[in-house]
Amino acid sequence: MSEFFTLSVLIATFASAVRIAVPYLLAALGETIGQRSGVLNLGVDGVMLLSAFGAYYTVIETGSHLLGIGVGLLIGLFMGVVYAVVTVHLHAQQGISGIGIFLFGLGFSDLLSQELVGAIQPIKKLPSLAKLPLVGSVFEPLEDIKYLGELLFSHNLMTYVAFALVPVVTWMMNRTTFGLNIKAVGENPQAADSLGVSVERTRFFAILIGNALAGLAGATLSLQLGVFQQNLTNGLGFIAVALVYFGAWRAKWVMAGAMLYGIVTATRLQWQARDIIPNSASDLAAMAPALITILALVLLAKRVRGPAALTKPFSRH
Amino acid sequence: MKRLLGASVPLGAALLAFVLGSIMILALGENPISGASAILEGAFGTGDRLAVTAVRATPLLLVGIGITIAFRARVINIGGEGQIIAGALLSTVVALVIPDTPRIILIPLVMIAGMIGGGIWGAIPGALKAYASVNEILSTVMLNIVAVQLMNFLLRGPMIDPIEKNGSRIPQTERLSDNAAMPTLVEGTRLHLGVVIALLAAVIVYIILWRTPLGFRLRAVGHNPDAARAAGISVERNITMAMAMSGALSGLAGVMLVFGSESLRLVTDGGAAGFTGSAGFNGIVAALFGGLHPLWTVPSSFLFGALLTGATELQQALQIPAALAVALNGLIVLFVVSSNRLRGWLDDRLNQGAFDNETAELRQSKDDGTDHQAEASTVHEPTP
Repeated sequence: MSEFFTLSVLIATFASAVRIAVPYLLAALGETIGQRSGVLNLGVDGVMLLSAFGAYYTVIETGSHLLGIGVGLLIGLFMGVVYAVVTVHLHAQQGISGIGIFLFGLGFSDLLSQELVGAIQPIKKLPSLAKLPLVGSVFEPLEDIKYLGELLFSHNLMTYVAFALVPVVTWMMNRTTFGLNIKAVGENPQAADSLGVSVERTRFFAILIGNALAGLAGATLSLQLGVFQQNLTNGLGFIAVALVYFGAWRAKWVMAGAMLYGIVTATRLQWQARDIIPNSASDLAAMAPALITILALVLLAKRVRGPAALTKPFSRH
Repeated sequence: MKRLLGASVPLGAALLAFVLGSIMILALGENPISGASAILEGAFGTGDRLAVTAVRATPLLLVGIGITIAFRARVINIGGEGQIIAGALLSTVVALVIPDTPRIILIPLVMIAGMIGGGIWGAIPGALKAYASVNEILSTVMLNIVAVQLMNFLLRGPMIDPIEKNGSRIPQTERLSDNAAMPTLVEGTRLHLGVVIALLAAVIVYIILWRTPLGFRLRAVGHNPDAARAAGISVERNITMAMAMSGALSGLAGVMLVFGSESLRLVTDGGAAGFTGSAGFNGIVAALFGGLHPLWTVPSSFLFGALLTGATELQQALQIPAALAVALNGLIVLFVVSSNRLRGWLDDRLNQGAFDNETAELRQSKDDGTDHQAEASTVHEPTP
């Protein structure tokens, strides 16, 4: 135990917590935007699986991580269109349609990976910026700074993108017309509609952005791990949905939730690697985030109010 | 007319899924007709295959009829996976603790244990929703994760097969008592008692929902909680009850997965689907496809059981991954739920209003529930 509480180990743990948090953060930020517009998307996990495979396969074929991330984003956008049509235009029950998207993603990504790749084939992991040409010349000396370097400058591109998106999303939701429209149609679609805001269009684009972020989350996951396998996410997307409630629909609190997950997971992995806790106890520790979330839901449910029109389809009469 | 409409949705969804499945098989470079015949051959080809199909359909049916209870009470139960695991764990504990109990006692005991395990796992999110306003979609998803980790912990630690403990450490229990195994019905096939029990359960759930005061209360709460409350029905208690019953049936599905299996033990591969085969989710598909009616869920589950069994043959005969079936299930769900608006529009033209129906139903003692078919797949919105 004592060997865990040394500065260098703690910093390494925290740095890996930051990386682990990234897919959660991206997916949960996307879900936040969608839910703010009044649409629950329970299919995040399925979208992530599809884009995780898409990104992984692109890297196998082309060797380009950037291209892989781009493909993940496109898959997210495509699934966003599907989900938006199903929930916004066809008024499908949102919880169940999400399960449909999840099952489709689970099965289809598995199908594609068996057909196109076959046996699990590791790829080059997403490199830290310090290892890249050009930006590397800036990041490499910074990474060498004791402790701080590992903490702040040892990460890959998507880590910076994800955390940079937190203020961007906050700004968008509170300072732009689009963001205010999203909140309006999520709270009171009738009123928004009477003021000339198109509920359907606003929700459509909110879902599109949300799924695009889920796509990025999936791509990040497989590229960070350098591998794709059946059900790679193992429920990560569902946790991302819970993080939105956990974070009370605010980007910075969602980020805090994602970091909490990252820290709990990184600590568990670190302890397991150092034999501080046996494997079996690690399974128990893996319950902690889910239990914490339930507890948070119990404590928050009556205090924090979500978007009033969440899960309610809108029609004009 | 309404009945016709009720049937058109699942049939249309199946047709669309069939077309898309054919396109997928074509894209994989195989002939869709030979694909379809491989699925049919795999699912119904021989008596044994038919038995396997029925066995694969059993957990779907049990979860599915549980879903009909929850959804009719307007609770969205997405925790089937966790409830299956909870039921499987508790029943396995019973079989491990009293392995030598005679068959006639042990089999009912493991079934009851499974229902208690699943029931508790369902009642928790039910009570949290009823008394603490916790969204059940989230709590059930979280409890799925907790159940999987609990299973991993128990199978790697306290419940591990003593042989594995010092061997390769595969996370599984020892072979459970033969006295707890589901008796085979037809020698030489895998058809076991669980299939019959699931069918009975479907009938019982139907009777409960439409022939008992409890069922009336559950449906009243789902239909209009405010009106139910005004009529003196405890909304909280009935929501909890609906989830407990739904969970208990999923728990029973878990019992069938363990005690109806050939290996007769509980094994984990670290995830939920490794043990459940995603029955907790596929059961939702079966229930929706069956119009949220327990009796219609029977043929619907059988159909999905056939799809799953047939997909295995598809993989063997044409090397098309069985995962195709999972993807198709997802598409079917999307089609079924997407068709509601269209149907609602048609319904509006055929009905004057829901209220008239409900009062008519109260007067009509012969109501057999089929009237609800039309409204059935209109899954009610959860109150967040």
